[in-house]
Amino acid sequence: MGRLGTVTRRTFLIGSAAVAGGVAFGTYMVKRPLPNPLLDDLAEGEAAITPYVKIDADGVTLITPRADKGQGAYSIQAHLIAEELDVDPHSVRLTPGLPGPAYYNANVLKEGSPFPQYDESWMAQRVRGLMELPAKLMGMQMTGGSTTTPEAYEKLRMAGAVARETLKEAAARQTGVARSMLSTEDGHVVTPSGDRLAYADLASLAADIRPVTNVELRPPEDWTRLGRSVERVDIVAKSTGTLDYGIDLDFDDMLHASVRTNPGMGGALVSFDASAAESMRGVSQVVEITNGVGVVADNTWRAFQVVNAIEIEWADGPYPSSQGEIWDELARAHDGEPDSRNRDDGDVEAMFSDSAATVLEAEYRVPFLAHAPLEPMNAIVKASDDRLEIWTGTQIPGFIKTHAAELSGVAPENIFVYVQPMGGSFGRRLEDTYVLQAIEMALAEKGRPVKMTWTREEDMTHDYPRPAQLARMRGAVKNGEVQAYDFANSSSSVMNSWFGRLMGPLPGPDATIVSGAWDQPLGIPNYRVTGYRAPEMVPTSSWRSVGNSGVGFQHAGFLDELFVAAGVDPMDELIRLCTHDLSRQVLEELKSLSGWTGPSLGEDRARGVAFAMSFGVPMAEVVEVTSTPRGIRIDKVYAVCEVGRVLDPVNIEAQITGGVIWGLGHAMNCELTYENFAPKQTNYHNFEGMRLYQTPEIVAKALENGDEVNGIGEPSVPPAGPALANAIFAVSGQRIRELPLNKHVRFV
Amino acid sequence: MVELRVNGVVQQVDVEEEMPLLWALRDALGITGTKYGCGIAQCGACTVHLDGRAVRACQVAVGDVGHREITTIEGLGTPESPHPVQAAWIELQVAQCGYCQSGQIMSAAALLERTPDPSDDQIDRVLSANLCRCGTYPRIKSAVKLAAQRLQGG
Ligand code: FES
Ligand code: FES
Repeated sequence: MGRLGTVTRRTFLIGSAAVAGGVAFGTYMVKRPLPNPLLDDLAEGEAAITPYVKIDADGVTLITPRADKGQGAYSIQAHLIAEELDVDPHSVRLTPGLPGPAYYNANVLKEGSPFPQYDESWMAQRVRGLMELPAKLMGMQMTGGSTTTPEAYEKLRMAGAVARETLKEAAARQTGVARSMLSTEDGHVVTPSGDRLAYADLASLAADIRPVTNVELRPPEDWTRLGRSVERVDIVAKSTGTLDYGIDLDFDDMLHASVRTNPGMGGALVSFDASAAESMRGVSQVVEITNGVGVVADNTWRAFQVVNAIEIEWADGPYPSSQGEIWDELARAHDGEPDSRNRDDGDVEAMFSDSAATVLEAEYRVPFLAHAPLEPMNAIVKASDDRLEIWTGTQIPGFIKTHAAELSGVAPENIFVYVQPMGGSFGRRLEDTYVLQAIEMALAEKGRPVKMTWTREEDMTHDYPRPAQLARMRGAVKNGEVQAYDFANSSSSVMNSWFGRLMGPLPGPDATIVSGAWDQPLGIPNYRVTGYRAPEMVPTSSWRSVGNSGVGFQHAGFLDELFVAAGVDPMDELIRLCTHDLSRQVLEELKSLSGWTGPSLGEDRARGVAFAMSFGVPMAEVVEVTSTPRGIRIDKVYAVCEVGRVLDPVNIEAQITGGVIWGLGHAMNCELTYENFAPKQTNYHNFEGMRLYQTPEIVAKALENGDEVNGIGEPSVPPAGPALANAIFAVSGQRIRELPLNKHVRFV
Repeated sequence: MVELRVNGVVQQVDVEEEMPLLWALRDALGITGTKYGCGIAQCGACTVHLDGRAVRACQVAVGDVGHREITTIEGLGTPESPHPVQAAWIELQVAQCGYCQSGQIMSAAALLERTPDPSDDQIDRVLSANLCRCGTYPRIKSAVKLAAQRLQGG
């Protein structure tokens, strides 16, 4: 627990670098003999700066390196910088920047800025921490694992403060007024006599000054933007259809393309017949790409039509062909050697042989799930012999650069990735196959930009889903208390699959197979959690809340069975078992907010509760349901969590409710089931999630009792499904141990 | 050549008659506020108005549009002068990723045009055709109600 805390407390350095016509402020990193793909372009001992603020003659640009998939990352990053820099985020330029610090290297070296200290333990800790997702994401210019806010919280404010003080120093030299006498306001340094010096006019002078780094961050009580309801920087554009996502960009002379690749992901292309396709109107060419075929044409619709008209023979996929065989593999994994046993408190076996104890056993299954963000995967690539330009929505621009270089032979310094606003991600854009496909087609059409767009069908069937998992658990209750919980889950390793595609396979156990179980702050006296690693099957990836998404359902679902067997109230028993003060406060707040007096709410109405701590955030939810003659109706949800500090109340509410709806919708009706190596689900008609008419009233509350600032993009997902399943049990007596729930009940 | 009336402007487009309106707007005319999400009338991201009625542009062939007036999100209102439905969307900060919101807003605007004071059931029925993967539904519902109130002078 508190893994993120170790990162937020680490040290970092803010410095400046001269850039064309101005100055940039950001964090430094130095190349050391430890692997960090971000620094590959540097020689040992060289420094790089990751800029957050750039000021030149044109004004102020805030660089918000964490990608925005819809979770408000641009906006919160901009407001963090603006809080210290004293600029209006709505009136400055915002850009996600270019991947990797190497872009600014030359300037840093030219200036030869000092960087006195380098916290080597920090890097070592990251490498050691490879087993843990958040740590891993942090080092690599990725957006994921709810890391944006905790990481940005100090860094960006510090960058804003250093920039502000350095600009004041520049103004002091220009005016002869001492820096301590100067103030700042809306993009200007203000002198005691009221003269206003625009930041832009101070930029070149500031570039020659050693940055002022001994600055204090403003205390929260002085904040004017953070912690208040602020307008998201992109909200007007998103409400008027004027925001360009990657899929909307248009260039002169642009071609349009689409692809079909082996539905058995990773399987080869055997042969294809494009003779009819090639002669269709508007077709530029049919291109063989990795494991498939692409069509380049004059518009997207044509590319879709033509690519679907090609006769293709596929090789078998490199994994079991049917869902049944996949379940068999997952079941078999339970007979093998454990991959991890991160918790083994007390003696579960002794409790199971205690004749006074009641012992329960169960098996819980969760299915493969697609991310299916509403904007299908797409990328625009313009290739020449020695240069690649890439426009796409991605969470991994740095890796794209590496992979693009390997694929094309173009030198990394001549590859430019322009990160675009994304129509959702939920972890989907931690993969880059679609970008590489666009590159393959652009290489066949050198000199012209090629926009590659997937059909929804290609997208749904090539999603890198959340893995199916099979948990077996035993528990014992005695004297009205839960005495033992033995939880074992089997899964293919997401970390191995995903990381294998990014950098190469990952050695060591995969904690995400059991995250959401071994790391819960519950003091069950005999408590064992075991992960079993099934072989790699369907390639899988991180899906909103990663391991916690499936494990959360399994763990909290069976725990509720134990509570029922013990004859205790589930809310009170969670509170009694809880060993973590902040989590207990969350549960107690939830109890009072929801008016909890027990699962029953009268005739045909009941509620369920579930708790899960993920990404450092304790989160508990109550779901209220009514059993109607036509099916289960979800009436109301209460969600309470602990986030340390609420920086943007409007956005935090949106993230919590969005995560609840995500968790409920997928638990209700979503699964990918495999047949002949491919998912049977091909579009939203059979992968629906929640719709408006099913949406309950949601009451969200974020507590600020702790001292760590945590992100909230994922933690509301894990408790939602089990709280619903527990409510269904409470209203109907029907215990559902597999998802989606609509295999067993109807929803209205 | 097909002649289309889009947002008050008559445009000639050199595409086949069977091309879905969605792609004629996006790829031929460069009007990209209307989004592609599914292509099979399941997500509503492509919703536009034909003579004020909400339709899924992925399901309408350009050859079948005829003289009907096409309104897209760009024609409904602008950042400087948003339609009251857009203004409600901005005020309540509905959008997360925002990709579905053009379609949501077009569906809501068409609903309020015909049913100025919709019941919860009517909102549910019409807006349930529009998928939002980010789960902005609670705010969508509030924004429809706020817009209805505003449009009625409330
Ligand atoms: S793209 Fe038309 S309804 Fe989905
Ligand atoms: S806001 Fe992202 S799909 Fe609706």
